[in-house]
Amino acid sequence: MLHIFCPHCGELRSEEEFHAKGQAHIPRPLDPAACSDAEWGDYLFFRDNPRGIHHELWVHAAGCRQYFNATRHTVTYEILETYKIGEKPRFTAAGGAEPQAVDQGVTA
Amino acid sequence: MSQVNRLATGGRVDRSQPVTFTFNGQTYQGFAGDTLAAALLANGVDIVGRSFKYSRPRGIVAAGAEEPNAVLQIGSTEAAQIPNVRATQQALYPGLVATSTNGWPSVNTDMMGILGKVGGKMMPPGFYYKTFMYPQNLWLTYEKYIRKAAGLGRSPTEVDPDSYDYMNQHCDVLVVGAGPAGLAAALAAARSGARVILADEQEEFGGSLLSTRETLDGQVASEWVDEVVAELAGMANVTLLPRSTVNGYHDHNFLTIHQRLTDHLGEVAPMGMARQRMHRVRAKRVVLATGAHERPLVYANNDVPGNMLADAVSTYVRRYGVAPGKQLVLSTNNDYAYRVVLDWLDAGLQVVAVADARSNPRGAWVEEARARGVRILTGSAVVEARGSKRVTGARICAIDVTALKVTSPGEVLDCDLIVSSGGYSPVVHLASHLGGKPTWREDILAFVPGDGLQKRECAGAVNGVFRLGDVLADGFEAGVKAAVEAGLSPVEGSLPATEARHEEPAIALFQVPHDKPTARAPKQFVDLQNDVTAAGIELATREGFESVEHVKRYTALGFGTDQGKLGNINGLAIAARSLGISIPQMGTTMFRPNYTPVTFGAIAGRHCGALFEPKRYTAMQSWHLQNGAEFEDVGQWKRPWYFPKAGEDLHAAVARECLAVRNAVGILDASTLGKIDIQGPDAREFLNRVYTNAWTKLDVGKARYGLMCKEDGMVFDDGVTACLADNHFLMTTTTGGAARVMEWLEIYHQTEWPELKVYFTSVTDHWATMTLSGPNSRKLLAEVTDIDLDKDAFPFMSWKEGQVGGVPARVFRISFTGELSYEVNVQADYALGVWEKIIAAGQKHGLTPYGTETMHVLRAEKGFIIVGQDTDGSVTPDDLNMGWCVGRTKPFSWIGWRGMNREDGLREDRKQLVGLKPIDPNQVLPEGAQLVFDPKQAIPMQMVGHVTSSYMSAALGYSFAMGVVKGGLKRIGERVFAPLVDGSVIEAEIVSSVFYDPKGERQNV
Amino acid sequence: MNAINVYKQRPDAAQGESPLYHAGLHELAGKGPKHAGVSLREKKLLGHLTLRGDADDAAFASAVEQATGLALPAALAVVSAGDQSLQWLGPDEWLLIVPSGTEFAVEQKLRAALADQHISVVNVSGGQTLLELSGPNVRQVLMKSTSYDVHPSSFPVGKAVGTHFAKSQLVIRHTGEDTWELVVRRSFADYIWLWLQDASAEYGLAIEA
Repeated sequence: MLHIFCPHCGELRSEEEFHAKGQAHIPRPLDPAACSDAEWGDYLFFRDNPRGIHHELWVHAAGCRQYFNATRHTVTYEILETYKIGEKPRFTAAGGAEPQAVDQGVTA
Repeated sequence: MSQVNRLATGGRVDRSQPVTFTFNGQTYQGFAGDTLAAALLANGVDIVGRSFKYSRPRGIVAAGAEEPNAVLQIGSTEAAQIPNVRATQQALYPGLVATSTNGWPSVNTDMMGILGKVGGKMMPPGFYYKTFMYPQNLWLTYEKYIRKAAGLGRSPTEVDPDSYDYMNQHCDVLVVGAGPAGLAAALAAARSGARVILADEQEEFGGSLLSTRETLDGQVASEWVDEVVAELAGMANVTLLPRSTVNGYHDHNFLTIHQRLTDHLGEVAPMGMARQRMHRVRAKRVVLATGAHERPLVYANNDVPGNMLADAVSTYVRRYGVAPGKQLVLSTNNDYAYRVVLDWLDAGLQVVAVADARSNPRGAWVEEARARGVRILTGSAVVEARGSKRVTGARICAIDVTALKVTSPGEVLDCDLIVSSGGYSPVVHLASHLGGKPTWREDILAFVPGDGLQKRECAGAVNGVFRLGDVLADGFEAGVKAAVEAGLSPVEGSLPATEARHEEPAIALFQVPHDKPTARAPKQFVDLQNDVTAAGIELATREGFESVEHVKRYTALGFGTDQGKLGNINGLAIAARSLGISIPQMGTTMFRPNYTPVTFGAIAGRHCGALFEPKRYTAMQSWHLQNGAEFEDVGQWKRPWYFPKAGEDLHAAVARECLAVRNAVGILDASTLGKIDIQGPDAREFLNRVYTNAWTKLDVGKARYGLMCKEDGMVFDDGVTACLADNHFLMTTTTGGAARVMEWLEIYHQTEWPELKVYFTSVTDHWATMTLSGPNSRKLLAEVTDIDLDKDAFPFMSWKEGQVGGVPARVFRISFTGELSYEVNVQADYALGVWEKIIAAGQKHGLTPYGTETMHVLRAEKGFIIVGQDTDGSVTPDDLNMGWCVGRTKPFSWIGWRGMNREDGLREDRKQLVGLKPIDPNQVLPEGAQLVFDPKQAIPMQMVGHVTSSYMSAALGYSFAMGVVKGGLKRIGERVFAPLVDGSVIEAEIVSSVFYDPKGERQNV
Repeated sequence: MNAINVYKQRPDAAQGESPLYHAGLHELAGKGPKHAGVSLREKKLLGHLTLRGDADDAAFASAVEQATGLALPAALAVVSAGDQSLQWLGPDEWLLIVPSGTEFAVEQKLRAALADQHISVVNVSGGQTLLELSGPNVRQVLMKSTSYDVHPSSFPVGKAVGTHFAKSQLVIRHTGEDTWELVVRRSFADYIWLWLQDASAEYGLAIEA
């Protein structure tokens, strides 16, 4: 069972308090009417399935009811960071910052 | 016959407390403090079972979790049956009833035995794959006998009388294993002030210290154990868990511990006590002090009862005062195994000889044995055991361990016990559960834990540290390190003095050579539980199975309840040699939880029976119960399904309830509908974006039906939303969709449109809702309210506030039945009183309570959909013929608009919702029935849709249904057919989905 | 103020039935074991208001304090004075619990104090109840029920946590050394009541009226 740092509650909680909501950073097109069917299909249905760093949207369903993002390694299940909606990840597939302490959301 | 193998003195058992038990129907006696295995050995029971494939007699081999043979069925009654209990881990209790798991009909005269003698040829590895696959249907015949003969234990057929529970634990340091390393680690961590949990699978803490001949500070080692345990027990920051197996090491330092609270007391837990408990532990750091398992040597007939592990025999002699034989032969490749020789001599028994594979062993224990007159044959090994139901002799030959050849004819020595030691395999299981690959260390001939993401230290034997003084130091250091990593300050401590002694390394030996090639030699067993032989592994590699995982699956090596604890390293060493590669190149199979089997009861915990799942009730539940409601599960809610009168079945009750609503008035508990309070200046705009229809012009005091789609344009919820004030709305959702819709609104607000000023709050549980529906509903409501119910003052699709039954209420004039209806909402704390007042006032108006089934029929008569029944995530509003509910000119591209305008969403032959009227008015189409246009076509028929809702209508006097049909809206008047499983076909006409009051006059009066 | 519909929902006269009314707790009171490890009391029919607003806006915090006399609590905190308590539920959400029947007046007072701000106040009194657990074994009962760490070092008095509980969700509030409160949704109350009876059986459960 994963241990996930809620950036709003400011502490680690058990996975059962959360719901996973899929890949993060997929904004709704501002003008859906301008999208071709193919573009709209990409937005709706196509998601990354990386081996490694993945940015995910979670919601702290049993806690503060807030959505937030997590950067998780899909092989090790290590969570490198969690961050609020609107913030940018510090870890990306291209690289990232030095690993942080647990109070910054790191669990393994 | 009493305890023929019990030594006159010694052991930690309580000889003043005899304990009576039965095994395979025979009564025996042991002592308190025995394991079942110790007691069986004490009574001279050689055979505890028959082997899985060859049905060979098997005896006890080990003294711990690695025991492959003594896997027994426990329980005196049907309800108390437990399969696959390792006798080596089961404490003896008065009245224990054990039977062999396999062996049919008896372990001593097994009718499979003859077959077993020739079974080697009949059942090579892959036998199941090769033989039983073809012809397939014969497997059913074979299976019955194979399963019966193989005996995998059986589960009880009666309800378990015991209860089980969970305990969630958190700690700074979890120490796994309470042997020397674990005790030292726990002491170090606990003294630093850390929250410590110490768990050990055995009856007592101490591990090897409870049976070792080595001293600590010159005293018996168990005295130090007593001191440490007493100190730990006195600390508030320490939790001690005996009889607790740490079974799984999961992600993010989450571990599961299976504690057996009462299994040592009896087969059923005392009243008021849980029998077993699952601790779910989140640990900041873990110290794995899981020790090592001795590895047997693989030699011919090494499965005959009387072949045991060296270390296990020491344990039986010193800890239980049991000598499982009289004349011992040891075959070893290392120094440590000599301890059993010294223990055996101390017990006054005869050591026939030691065969040491090394050419010139000079370690201190070796010399001590030599000095006590033990005959030591160097450069030698036991190549073959003699005997069938019990060892009668050992053939010892000189061997060349490099060429792996027998180099002398050897001699056969009479003996009744052969113990072997091929070195020690660290128990790396927990360290490897998350995928960390163990690392081979050639210097100690063993795999040790590799790197893992786990926040853990390994200490003692699991780390490849075997010398007692080093083990204690390693444990203490790991405890300090874990505490520091968990944020505490280190402590210093002194450890007891251990004996200094010269030790020499082991020599690599796994399979002992035989003068015949492996395939022709008598069977050399690698995995006793699964009857895997060295020859079988060689055969597998010859047949092309090169990966260790493939060899495992082809031969069954490492399957079963022991998961290869005893045999895996030998097996992969043999496979590696056979393939001409090194052991690390071969690698280990994946280690997965659980370490040892866990009962289903412990996995379920208290989540069974009445507590299996939450049951949600409305404020009127007690009334429903008193009035005989039958209930339907809707999500976790219990909703009244129908209210049968005496003698009525579902159909009769529903017909009566339906007519009552159509002709008089009915009352429904609609409290389960999801309700969301929406406040904020942008509430209206938000509604415009999440509903398909327009909300800009909805006036205060009015209500409107809305559809919600997902971005793909498919309907996912619906409901009525009322405008309570300019910036204030009350949304209702489907019962099952309440939580989903709430998360849906929040995800869009929090991630897409945070600039919209709006707040959502669930009020589902706050408001109780009762629906009055039927032509008499106005008259009835008028008796209990001060609200002006005049049709112009309070028109359809509007709401009013006022008193109902003396309680402040909001009343919504909306209808899901097509009749004049009022939905009365009051604070749930006062709802039961209001409900009862309406019921009382309703007597003279023919008021009838109705349930969800009647609601379903009535709404279907009107063609009203139920999301999730008439929709399935692939249905657009236009497919439902609800285009009137789509705001095609709304400025913002609301959720679903773009999706439903994809090319596929506009096809004219999409499946569309229509009414279906069976030609035979008494035939009710089964819901889910597939529809075809031509019933005479060949199978597979082309299916064109299916029935979504179907009922008998009391009001209409005939059966009717709704369903989706390809291009159905343009096929009104045509016929469809539902071919059923029994071969019959129901014919129906495609009609409008509105069957009753198509103009909607009845709800608008 | 007609932008929001503020409605007095609790009747003055009618008898209310709390979510555990059917359990007949008053009949069970005093019949439990003498030295119960766990005592349970339903603090029933109180006024519960959900308050939403912008915590970063100093005007919001001060207006809330002015209206309630309670300082707006930070994350995972519950503050109380007399028979009122204010608890953080999320970054823009609080639970205000007030004596039964005062919730309408309190809502009006809050709305007056927060008149110019984007806020929300919702009466949820009928939708939830407060169960108080006290006694030396409450912690064990909680450990059986939730994966949240209830050790005092992690869960001191004054902390309040929304979490998973058995197979449900609720809020746990630590109100005194051996005293805890559960905020339970009405429809789940019977399940939680069954669960608590079961989990506390081995320690002895007493009911307080």
